[in-house]
Amino acid sequence: MKNKAEAVIIGGGISGCSIAYNLAKKGLKDIVVLEKNYICSGSTGRCGAGVRMQWGTEMNCKIAKKSIEFYENANEILEYERDVEFKQKGYLLVAATDHEVDQFKKNIEVQHSCGIPSRMLTLKEAREIVPYLNTDVLKGAAFCPRDGFLNPFHTTDAFYRAAKRLGVEFNTYTEATGIKIEKGRVTGVETNKGFISTNIVVNAANAYGKSICDMVGLDVPIYSERHQILVSEPVEPMQDPMVMAFGLNFYIQQSPEGTFIMGRGDENEPRDLRVTSSWHFLEEMAKTIEMVLPPIAKLRVIRQWAGLYNMTPDKQPIYDEAEDVKGFYFALGFSGHGFMFGPITGIAMSEMILKENPTIDVSMLNLNRFKTGKLLMEPSVV
Amino acid sequence: MDENTIICRCSDVTLKEIRELISQGYQTFDEIKRITRAGMGPCQGKTCGYLIMREIANATGKNMQDIKFQTNRPPVVGVKLGLIAEEGRNEE
Repeated sequence: MKNKAEAVIIGGGISGCSIAYNLAKKGLKDIVVLEKNYICSGSTGRCGAGVRMQWGTEMNCKIAKKSIEFYENANEILEYERDVEFKQKGYLLVAATDHEVDQFKKNIEVQHSCGIPSRMLTLKEAREIVPYLNTDVLKGAAFCPRDGFLNPFHTTDAFYRAAKRLGVEFNTYTEATGIKIEKGRVTGVETNKGFISTNIVVNAANAYGKSICDMVGLDVPIYSERHQILVSEPVEPMQDPMVMAFGLNFYIQQSPEGTFIMGRGDENEPRDLRVTSSWHFLEEMAKTIEMVLPPIAKLRVIRQWAGLYNMTPDKQPIYDEAEDVKGFYFALGFSGHGFMFGPITGIAMSEMILKENPTIDVSMLNLNRFKTGKLLMEPSVV
Repeated sequence: MDENTIICRCSDVTLKEIRELISQGYQTFDEIKRITRAGMGPCQGKTCGYLIMREIANATGKNMQDIKFQTNRPPVVGVKLGLIAEEGRNEE
């Protein structure tokens, strides 16, 4: 492991790998990534493998759109020898109440102002896309054809390999244990394998990011929350889009291998770092699916797992540099959509660190917004 | 052994693919699983688990007992979603 670096990135998920890749591509030398387990072992590797442009805030829409445009060409841009498996068959969002339908309409106005090709659908049109959808329990639907499935392991691996080819040093099973500060500036990172002196540290540890902020005395209003997922046996292709509902609280999509991946949120989930599975989740998920998509209930569950959302009060990420600790940057609080924002996280953070003009102005996603209280809430998260 | 032998029967992963990944530095079961899906199928690694762990042990010179397998995840065997839903309703 190097003992001196121009930048040290903490976290080997999609964010850390994308930030490392972008910094290296812009010519920064001696970049070191620290990952306490293995690449993609945290939230990225546990996510629902969906990417969508259909968001409710302008910032989330802009970041998601640009990120998906990148993902459409990720195999070529990152020169990936495998395939990121982008199945771009859309997200069908379904509403169970009139209030939700109104929210969809508001969201679509924001989406259209950002150039996102989403639209409201009648329930009949929704059934044309997913014929077994039980529209008796629904009031309306929205659709965007450019959303879809993306393999989180291969996508992160693509960034990882591209960054490695550009000379980035990845240290897996290496944990950051402390950050050294001198005169209000970062001067190094202590790890379980030795000290690295550096003037730039990027906290991309998402679910574990709060403890990294604690090391420099930075208070961030984020917490981690368990979210669970299950996967079915593989079957022949039968469902094109992701089907997602906020009120009914679920998402479900068929992966390219034929398995169905589904999950739901639960506001009573523990706010800690556990990633164990629960029977309660299986039951609630099964009951919801049987009601909304009856034929899917005939499939067998073969595995369930859990991952962590790192939540912020407005469900939008934080991209910033600490005011009182120069050189300490953080990309945190992705609130369940860090994977789909990966490309822009890398671009935005590298531009912030290298003081370049921003591709997308993400300055409103600063830490201070929580103090001033001027929050734009993202309404559409499962 | 023929390198085209299928090691993971759920996801059609060959011995050759496993050996290539190990030589590229993917040297834990979990890392190989995330690239190839070996261990994610209906058998949850009951077939491929030991075979892959033995390949890792051989390539790295470690002992088999020092090679970590994946997290065992519920359910142990496949269960129909409809049955789980029914069971849930019966309890209410």
